[in-house]
Amino acid sequence: MSSETKKILTTDGIPLEVSLKKAEKKNKIKAFLLVAPLLLFLIITYIFPIGDMFMRSVDDRMVTNMLPKTFKAMEKWENLDELPPEEVYRGFYEDYKLLAENQQHGKLGQRLNKEKNGFNTITKKLFRQIKRKKIDESASLKEQINKLHKRWRNVEYWQAIKRTAPPYTMAKYLKGMDMYFDVDGSIAQVKEDRRIHRILWLRTLEIAFFVTLFCFVMGYPIAHLLATLPMKYSNLLMICVLLPFWTSLLVRTASWMILLQQQGLVNDFFVMIGLVADNNRPEMMYNKVGTYVAMTQILLPFMVLPLYSVMKTISPSLMRAGKSLGGTPFVAFMKVYFPLTIPGIGAGCLLCFILAIGYYITPALVGGASGTLISNQIAFHMKTTLDWSFASAMGLMLLSGVLVIYWIYNKLVGVDNIKLG
Amino acid sequence: MALPSYTETRYRIWHYIYIAICTFVFFFLIAPLFVIFPLSFNAEEFLVFSEGMKNLDPDAFSLRWYKDMVYGTKNPWGLAAKNSFIIAIFATIGSIILGTLAALGLSSRHMPYKGIIMATLISPMIVPLIISGVAIFFFMAKAGLAATHTGIVLAHIILGTPFVVITVTATLSGFDHSVTRAAASLGSNPVNTFMKITLPLILPGVISGGLFAFVTSFDEVVVVLFLAGLENTTIPVQMWTGLREQLSPTILAVATCLIILSTLILLSAELLRRRSERLRGINR
Repeated sequence: MSSETKKILTTDGIPLEVSLKKAEKKNKIKAFLLVAPLLLFLIITYIFPIGDMFMRSVDDRMVTNMLPKTFKAMEKWENLDELPPEEVYRGFYEDYKLLAENQQHGKLGQRLNKEKNGFNTITKKLFRQIKRKKIDESASLKEQINKLHKRWRNVEYWQAIKRTAPPYTMAKYLKGMDMYFDVDGSIAQVKEDRRIHRILWLRTLEIAFFVTLFCFVMGYPIAHLLATLPMKYSNLLMICVLLPFWTSLLVRTASWMILLQQQGLVNDFFVMIGLVADNNRPEMMYNKVGTYVAMTQILLPFMVLPLYSVMKTISPSLMRAGKSLGGTPFVAFMKVYFPLTIPGIGAGCLLCFILAIGYYITPALVGGASGTLISNQIAFHMKTTLDWSFASAMGLMLLSGVLVIYWIYNKLVGVDNIKLG
Repeated sequence: MALPSYTETRYRIWHYIYIAICTFVFFFLIAPLFVIFPLSFNAEEFLVFSEGMKNLDPDAFSLRWYKDMVYGTKNPWGLAAKNSFIIAIFATIGSIILGTLAALGLSSRHMPYKGIIMATLISPMIVPLIISGVAIFFFMAKAGLAATHTGIVLAHIILGTPFVVITVTATLSGFDHSVTRAAASLGSNPVNTFMKITLPLILPGVISGGLFAFVTSFDEVVVVLFLAGLENTTIPVQMWTGLREQLSPTILAVATCLIILSTLILLSAELLRRRSERLRGINR
C-alpha cells in the first residue's frame, strides 16, 4: 500500500524528497567551492609538479627524437646478431646529417657514449667525413660507414643504438639502486666498490630508525611526567618541549655545532670528569654521532607531543585499580598503562620516522661525509651535477617509501587526528 | 611527585631514577638553546667560553657582534631580515585565507570525498621537504617565478596551509552550527554571518594556524635554497651559508634574536590555545 501513500509536499508543491535532495546537493557544492581554491592551487603548484618529476625521471626521448629514421628502419632489422641492413645505415646517416647541420651531433655522441664507450670517437669521425662531403650518398652507405672505423663493423654498437630507442626508461631508478641495464638488456649490479647509493639508502634507514628509537626512549618518560604532574608544574615543563619546537631549526643546529666542536662544552665536560684526555678530544661533529645527537634533540618534541596528548586522556584511577587488584606498580604499568599508550607511540614514532628519513639541513651541517643521507644526495644532483632526472628518480623512490608509512599512519591514527602544540 | 610513605625501597629507587632520566631529557632539550645566549656576548672572535667569561669578567662580554649584525658593512642580515618578514607575512596571509576557506568546507558534513581531499591538502606537511623543494622548483622554473619573491611566497603558502587547515578544522570540530543557523533565521546573509559569528569564534584557531604558517615560512630553508637568487636571500639562507662556511659570533647574535622571537611566538600560541579551549568549553 506504500505506493498509495501521499507524497509529502513542501509549501510550493514540490515533493519533500526532491526538495531535500536539491538542498543537499546545494550544500555539497557550497562545501566543495570552499575547498576548491586551495585544492586547485595545490594541484597546479604541487601535485602536478610531482607528476612532472616522474615524467622527468623516466624521460629518455632525446635520442628517440634525434634518430627517427634510424629507429623506423630498425623495425626491419631481424637478426640482431648480425649487422643491420642497408636501410638502417641510410636512416642513421640521414638523421646524423640533419643533426650535424643543426649542431646537435655532439649531444648525440655524448649520450650514446654513456650507453657504450667509444661512440664519441666514431660519431666524430663520421661527422668529419660528412663535413668534407666525402660520403657518396648514391653508393652503399653500409660499406662506406663500415670502412670508417672498425667499431662501426661491430654489431654491439648498433645494438646499443637500438637500446636507446624506447622513449621511456627505468635506467635512473636502477642507477638509484646501483644497478644498470647490461648489453643484452638484462639488469646487472654495479661493481661492489662503486655501490654508493645502496649505502646511502641503508644509512638513511638506519639513522631514521635509531633516531626514532632514541626519541621514543627519551620522550616516553617525559611525556608520562608531563601527563601526570599537576597542571601548574606541567605547564612550565611543557615550555621546555615547546620552545625547541618553535625555535628555528638552524638555530638549534648551530647550538649543537658549538656544543659538539672539539673545544666545545661537551668535550670540556668529558675532560673534566676524566673520560678523555685533554690532548685527545674526540671528534663528535662531522660524523654519525653529530647527526644522531642533533636530530634526536630536534625531533624529540614530535615524539613527546602525540604521546602527551594520548597519555593525558588515560585516567590515573586505572593504574590505582591495577595496583589495588594486586599488581605491583611494574605489572600495573606493563599491563594497564602501556597498552593504552600504544596509539600515541604509533603516532609519535611514525611522525619521527617520516621526518627523519627526509632530513636534509642538519645532516648536511653536522653530518660530514659519514653522516649524510639520501636527501643530501638528491640536493647534490639538483645543484651540482644538474642531473635533474636522476634527482627526480631518487626523490620519487624516497617519496614512495614515505607514502607507504603515511598510509600506515593514516590507517592507525588517521591524518585528521594530528594535533599541533 | 611525593611518594606515599609506604613505598618499598626498590620502587623508591626506581622513582628517583625516573626523575633523574626526566631531568636529563629536559636538560637535553632546552640547554642547547642557552649556550648561544652567553656566547653571543663574547668579546672575542672564538666560539668558546673564554677564561674571562668563565670568571664573569665584564670586559669579556660585549655587544660587538650585535653591532656587527646591524651596522656591519658586509653583512647581508638587513636585507635578509627584510625579505624574511615580507615573505613570511604574505605567505601567512595567503595560507590563512586559503586554509580557513578549505577548513570551513571540510568541516561541513556535506563535503564529498573528505578523506582523500584532506590527505591531499595535508600532503605538503608529510612529503619530505627536499622532494617538495624539487617539485616546487620545477613548477616555478616553468612559470618563470624562480628567484622572485612571488615564487617564494607561493611556495611557502603551499607549505603553510596544512597547518592552518589542521588548526582551523580542530577549532571547528567543537563549533556549534546552530548559532550560524540562528543568525540566518534572523535574516543575516552568509557573508555577514561568517564575519560576525563564525570568524570571531574560530579566530583563535585561525591565528594559531597563522602562527604556524608564519614560523614555517620564517624558518624554511630547503625550498628557498632551490628558489632564491641573491636578491631573495632570507635569514635562514644566510644562517645556512654562514654555518657552512664559518661559524661566526654574528650568527649567534642573530640566533639569539631568533630565540627571543620564537619565545614570543610560543607565548602567544599558548595564550591562544587556552583561549580557544575556553571558548569551546573544554575545561581541564
